[in-house]
Amino acid sequence: MADKIKVVVCSGTACFVMGGSELLLIGEQLPDDLKGLVEVEGAHCLGKCRDGHKGGAPYATVNGKFVDAATLPDLIERIREAARESEARGAGEVGDEP
Amino acid sequence: MNLNNGTARIKREILVRLARLQLEGRLEEGVHFVPREMAPVGSEPLRCCVYHDREVLRMRVIARLGHSVEDYDDEKKLAEYAREAIARERPTEPMLTVLDEACNACVRAHYLVTNACQACVARPCAMNCPKKAIKIAGGRARIDEDLCVNCGLCMQNCPYHAIVKVPVPCEEACPVGAISKDESGKERIDYAKCTFCGACMRECPFGAMMDKGQLVDVIARIMAGKRVVALYAPAIAAQFGAAPGQLEEALARAGFAGSVEVALGADVTADAEAGEFEERMARGDVLMTTSCCPAYVRAVRVHAPALVPCVSETRSPMHYAAEIAKRDDPGCVSVFVGPCLAKRKEGIDDPLVDYVLSAEELGALFVAKGIEVAECPARELGRVPTATGRLFAKSGGVAEAVRARLADPASLRASVIDGLDRAGMRRLAAYGKAAAEKAATDANLVEVMACPGGCIAGPSVIANPKVALGLLGKYVSSGKGGA
Repeated sequence: MADKIKVVVCSGTACFVMGGSELLLIGEQLPDDLKGLVEVEGAHCLGKCRDGHKGGAPYATVNGKFVDAATLPDLIERIREAARESEARGAGEVGDEP
Repeated sequence: MNLNNGTARIKREILVRLARLQLEGRLEEGVHFVPREMAPVGSEPLRCCVYHDREVLRMRVIARLGHSVEDYDDEKKLAEYAREAIARERPTEPMLTVLDEACNACVRAHYLVTNACQACVARPCAMNCPKKAIKIAGGRARIDEDLCVNCGLCMQNCPYHAIVKVPVPCEEACPVGAISKDESGKERIDYAKCTFCGACMRECPFGAMMDKGQLVDVIARIMAGKRVVALYAPAIAAQFGAAPGQLEEALARAGFAGSVEVALGADVTADAEAGEFEERMARGDVLMTTSCCPAYVRAVRVHAPALVPCVSETRSPMHYAAEIAKRDDPGCVSVFVGPCLAKRKEGIDDPLVDYVLSAEELGALFVAKGIEVAECPARELGRVPTATGRLFAKSGGVAEAVRARLADPASLRASVIDGLDRAGMRRLAAYGKAAAEKAATDANLVEVMACPGGCIAGPSVIANPKVALGLLGKYVSSGKGGA
């Protein structure tokens, strides 16, 4: 069984002010093919706003990769990428690749 | 429409930028550059070009500074608007302002036949049209605009869902018909009818319906060394995911000299309403309604006068919280912080309340100050409100708080009007009629919340109401809090 895709949503003040709370509902918004593959958690401020990270709040990470000015569709796209990557990796481990 | 949309992000970014400039003491000098910084050359414009975007942003800045944009003067410098805002003694009415330049002048609400129309043989659209306004021509149903009365039967009957309603979102959202077009097609608010519920502001996809900010006034008072006391509404802690006591610390760091949890005022309201309910029932009243939602109270006065005698005479939690603040410190500047536009109107009419900030404005102040609410140590709370007082923020909470305080809780039959849309307004009229005729009704206590879900779904919140409801539950169940 592959590990779940981990989505961390920054719940810091700056991210909430810019609408980050919406991202906590990602579990309900996933398309059917991605349901059950994702684990969502809220986090204290990830610190990205303080070092002036490009794009601006709200921030989230998908399997450790940062998403800035995140929206639900952005997160779904990144989750889909992550799912594809882990599928490719899984296939590689089994040794089916040429 | 979801509250965290593109127009909300623009508004909040302006708020944060203005708060930063003001706290650095360079609002007048820096405000001129805000539109340019937010729409730099080379960025993707929202309208025709960044120059148009900047002009609209200029007007949005003016509204955030607390001015009406109706008397916009394009020769006047933003610095001058900022100077006037800082020097202003009191916020000004009306609470709303309409940005014509952003208003899309949406076409009059109408029904439209789309490409999905199959020009079928059954033709239920034409068969059911009471005005014979639909003809089939060129392989498609056509609506004759002159005959159509916008009843919507064609849309309801089309088996292909080919007919859609194209609404005017602000007019559609307004439960009392206070918004209509002027001769140029732009929207105008009739303030004699408006209840300041804020629905238009939440629903306009162009962000043309705007409240007028008061953050600049509050920061100016803090910077002038006044003792500014924050009265934070029961809906506010959940906006920031705070535990009890954390918001006190965050507010202190933001420069407030003190804070009063408005849930304490809610306890006073609930105690008084419970007593009032028992008195009214003893004297044979049919029903009583709650009175803490100012948009509702205004809606009754203006649009459902028959129900006025049933509205509880008890004052709102904001008023009682302001009383506490002014009793503790008579010289203080009291600032209510809430999710509500109508509270801005109630605040301007209440001599005990000096300013009303939105959740967005408080959030912007925290961001500008670099305050992370969740990382603030919880302060010991001097006075701890009850759980039912804190739950005023959600729909059903007020009725529950009254029930819990009755000598005979079973005597209360509560009904909750969860959101004052047009159907809600009709229910008010029906209760008014029943009360006037002394007719039996399904309830003897009617709780009314203008916003569906209650205050946590107010027009100026930052947290998704579903998320906020969860956070409110956590806040309440964590008990007293404090270090």
